[in-house]
Amino acid sequence: MSSLPTAVQRFINGIIPENPIYRLLLGMCPTLAVTNNMQAALTMAGATTFVLLCSNIMISLIRKLLQPHLRILVFTLTIATFVTVVDRLLAAHMFEMSKQLGPYIPLIIVNCIIISRCEVCAAVQGPFVSAMDALGVGVGFTLGLASIATVREILGSGTWFGLTVLPPEVWTPWSIMILPPGAFLTLGVLLALFNFIQARLESK
Amino acid sequence: MEKLEVASSPHLYRVHRSTRRMMFQVIIALLPAVAVSLFVFKVHALFQLAVCVLSCMAFEWLFALIRGRRSTLEDNSAIVTGLILALSLPWNAPWYVPFFGSLIAIGVGKAVYGGLGQNIFNPAMVGRAFVMLSFATVMGGNAYQFQGEAGEAFSGIVTQATPMVQLKTLGASSAEQISASIPQDTVSVLKMCFAGVHNGSLGEASGLAILIGGLYLIIRRNGGWRVTVGMLAAVFIIGCLTSVSNAPIYHGLLYLTNGAVLFGAFFIATDPVTNPITPAGRWYFGIGVGILTMVFRLFSGYPEGVMFAVLIMNSLSPLLNHITIPKPFGQE
Repeated sequence: MSSLPTAVQRFINGIIPENPIYRLLLGMCPTLAVTNNMQAALTMAGATTFVLLCSNIMISLIRKLLQPHLRILVFTLTIATFVTVVDRLLAAHMFEMSKQLGPYIPLIIVNCIIISRCEVCAAVQGPFVSAMDALGVGVGFTLGLASIATVREILGSGTWFGLTVLPPEVWTPWSIMILPPGAFLTLGVLLALFNFIQARLESK
Repeated sequence: MEKLEVASSPHLYRVHRSTRRMMFQVIIALLPAVAVSLFVFKVHALFQLAVCVLSCMAFEWLFALIRGRRSTLEDNSAIVTGLILALSLPWNAPWYVPFFGSLIAIGVGKAVYGGLGQNIFNPAMVGRAFVMLSFATVMGGNAYQFQGEAGEAFSGIVTQATPMVQLKTLGASSAEQISASIPQDTVSVLKMCFAGVHNGSLGEASGLAILIGGLYLIIRRNGGWRVTVGMLAAVFIIGCLTSVSNAPIYHGLLYLTNGAVLFGAFFIATDPVTNPITPAGRWYFGIGVGILTMVFRLFSGYPEGVMFAVLIMNSLSPLLNHITIPKPFGQE
């Protein structure tokens, strides 16, 4: 077990070296669908992080019992349990947001970020390392969603968290940015930017 | 020092066909339409043309710099993109429409694919689609019409609804009303269609000016005439077939000569980079653009559909190339 990454390594790894959005390009469905404003993006990121944390700890606790041919089934059932918790919680306490996010909350079940973390980390390491891994990836996912939502909400509505940043007198909002094409444009441009920065850093 | 021309084989034929010269011919062919737009929309047309051409050239230079490539300004393609974008905009668009349209046309339409020759979609139409979806209020069909007292307008033309908006409105009325609104003698119909100037995007003001420029391109063997003919034929035939009036031919002619169809058929759909390369593929491409244009005109909320039709068919170009590979001589 000595060759496996430590808790601190796992935590840092999820934020930048293996950022789920900008490095692994996983979880593109919520990335493209719910990033047209900051509130929705952060709710989504919070819900995903919660599910990720709970299922990583749970899987890690039962990792000795996992059968190789049944593990994906067990992962999915565990994730589905926590997604149901989040879904009902949102519907009870944040009804408007729950309606706005619609099917994307239940779709966290098939978010490949979570399954990949269960497979890579929780199935082989202890609960503390798994929890740190989930938090690191969660922070990375949140930063990814927030960066895309920032660009889209400011350019598309002139607001950030619903507060006016660019008043309509000086800036005509680009409605396309809050429509689906804006998600692809923003993701592409930001990916190019991060690849460019990475290439610059590595060449030094 | 004399410039050394490097080109791919065959070297005997068309040695003078450089990108720069082709683009220059397109600019010459666009001049009649530019002249008419300046005559009709006056300083507004000059403003759109100047902003589009200058910002396209600036962004072309900028993106070449960012990508660390030699500047590609001298191949004139940025000027052509700017001109086509400007001629497809309404006369009263505020400055940010041509400016950001140019940014997206050159940046997203061309530079991200690797520059001229690599792009999948027609750059000018990518830019126009972006501003169309972003600034719907200043780009929609009704935005073309001069808002205010008719007497204050600088030209009587801009107080009319565009022909495509008129046709769209007519679609809701009865067959008798449609028949009554169409002139019944050939001379006045042709006059209305080709010589008359009417409201619309800058380049659409006169069908005759587009025809002159387009025929020049085809005579210089520069335009893809198969695309042009296929698209015009499809629009005309569908226009005739869907007519409920008692003069289907005139109705088809109206669909053919109004809106962006003529300009699109001669200058937009024929972009050699985004067309299929096989002759059969170009026929299919042109017919497809014509059919999709009519689908958008008849069934969508937009009065005009040339832009989306061209973009959709652009994405099918590789497929058309693939299914129309000519059989080598002697092979089964």
